[in-house]
Amino acid sequence: MNRFILFLTALGFSSQSIADEHNIWRQIREGIGGYSAVTGQESNILIQASGSQWLYIRNELIAGTGAWLLALTVLALAGFFLIRGRVKLTEPRSGERIERWSRSERWLHFYTASLFILLAITGLSLLYGRSILIPWLGHDGFSRFADIAKIIHNYTGPLFTVGLVMMGMIWFQDNLFNKTDLTWFKQFGGLIGDKHPSAGRMNAGEKAWFWLLMIAGVLVSITGMNLDFPNLDQYRLIMQISHIIHSVSAFLLIIGALGHIYIGTIGTEGALQGMITGKVDKTWARQHHDLWYQQHENLTVQKNLSESKKNISTEQNNSGTQI
Amino acid sequence: MARMKFLCDDERCIECNACITACKNEHEVPWGVNRRRVVTIDDGQQGETSISVACMHCSDAPCAQVCPVDCFYTTEDGVVLHDKDLCIGCGYCFYACPFGAPQFPQDGAFGNRGKMDKCTYCAGGPEEDNSEAEFEKYGRNRLAEGKLPLCAEMCSTKALLAGDGDIISKLFSERVVKRQLSQEQQDPESRQVKLWGWKTAYKD
Ligand code: HEM
Ligand code: SF4
Ligand code: SF4
Repeated sequence: MNRFILFLTALGFSSQSIADEHNIWRQIREGIGGYSAVTGQESNILIQASGSQWLYIRNELIAGTGAWLLALTVLALAGFFLIRGRVKLTEPRSGERIERWSRSERWLHFYTASLFILLAITGLSLLYGRSILIPWLGHDGFSRFADIAKIIHNYTGPLFTVGLVMMGMIWFQDNLFNKTDLTWFKQFGGLIGDKHPSAGRMNAGEKAWFWLLMIAGVLVSITGMNLDFPNLDQYRLIMQISHIIHSVSAFLLIIGALGHIYIGTIGTEGALQGMITGKVDKTWARQHHDLWYQQHENLTVQKNLSESKKNISTEQNNSGTQI
Repeated sequence: MARMKFLCDDERCIECNACITACKNEHEVPWGVNRRRVVTIDDGQQGETSISVACMHCSDAPCAQVCPVDCFYTTEDGVVLHDKDLCIGCGYCFYACPFGAPQFPQDGAFGNRGKMDKCTYCAGGPEEDNSEAEFEKYGRNRLAEGKLPLCAEMCSTKALLAGDGDIISKLFSERVVKRQLSQEQQDPESRQVKLWGWKTAYKD
């Protein structure tokens, strides 16, 4: 009998120790930390649980969905161009041109846009290069390319942020939504149908792009800065989340930019000219941004008025001194 | 074909850190890079558990799947190696690896981390076996000399085992069974050999 009880307690002890063992391994798998004499980034953690989840999200969800979305966007734009064609000026050009974008606005636009394209190409190379460029360039060739792409991406990123913030500051006022924008959206901005919905200096579509750029751009910038400085000992989880937000926002931006570039170049007659030379034809202004055009005309009339008044008064002064 | 594995017996690891010293010395691993480390859970409490960990040479390695330049390869022995000439130091392998094995030699500002370094299972790299270039980049190639990884070879308690996965796992399970039996053996008259492990050690 005594022996039997002894046996039972022994069994109890051993199953307890087996349970402890299971417990510790479960905790380790969940990422519990301990002590390590080796210093370094999270060197006291045996297993990080989020690694394989991040891998799945990057390789399957982001790369897979992203490729589909990019392809669909390009197809949709091509299809739209085939069906709708270019949005032409409905009346002949007046020959008179008014200023739409100042010199500094144009510089800022193309500064940020070139950096954006550079960042998009180099960023996408890191994501898709392995499947698209390696068969083409070989492992050695692609590695050399990717090395440069990574350096360009990591250093030009912060420069893009500078442009983004400046755009946000100078175009903020023009991009606040108002009631006119509702009608603009309802009539699809005149892209579908033949209406010419009213718009101020920025139409509702431009405003939507502005806000997408600001929100996704800020996300891309913050997370990009974080990815740029892995020397700050961030937890891997922070880097993984940063990477996911960075890539998802980057895709939103790239898709938005494709639409933006389409509308600004082949999609609309006269738009690109405006951003390059800074001036647009009055006909273009009246068709696309009637409220802004009106305001502009009123302002010129006022300016002319006050200027002629000034002229009159200086003439009087002049004549006064002559006497 | 043998698949090389590491196995660490947490009942035996005494956190002496000799495996780490051996590794650093054998391969002349640069400052700040550690291919192996020992982690102690519940340090200082009764029942603390120490485990030595390095690259586990995964079968379907996450690092290899995520690498943008595809620089990993698995040898015939199942060892996961990488080509430092291709690596661009993006750090993605470190984010994907469950065991924190990939290490980087540089400080990392603006993403400049240098070439990734990790445990090679003492099997060198893509360069010619035991060449100077191989030693420079990856350390000694003991496998090519017919030797097993140094960390496991010199582990004093034989907590760390290295070798063909089938063989070392059999070794380990026999050890576990014996240890369990000798723990349950409460009879002081018993002739049963007691197999050493922390739990048996504390009990005696
Ligand atoms: C605003 C500043 C930005 C910074 C600081 C930045 C920084 C980074 C960094 C550090 C990485 C990780 C790459 C590596 O270290 O190898 C990365 C990846 C990436 N970035 Fe950016 N980036 C910025 C803007 C952008 C923009 C504007 C785009 C796209 C339009 C973009 C698209 C991408 C993509 C697609 C990846 C690759 C993700 C992958 O390979 O899984 N980034 N970025
Ligand atoms: S580096 Fe990490 S993911 Fe790659 S084989 Fe080693 S343990 Fe596995
Ligand atoms: S750091 Fe090197 S080995 Fe690791 S994923 Fe990037 S390129 Fe590949």
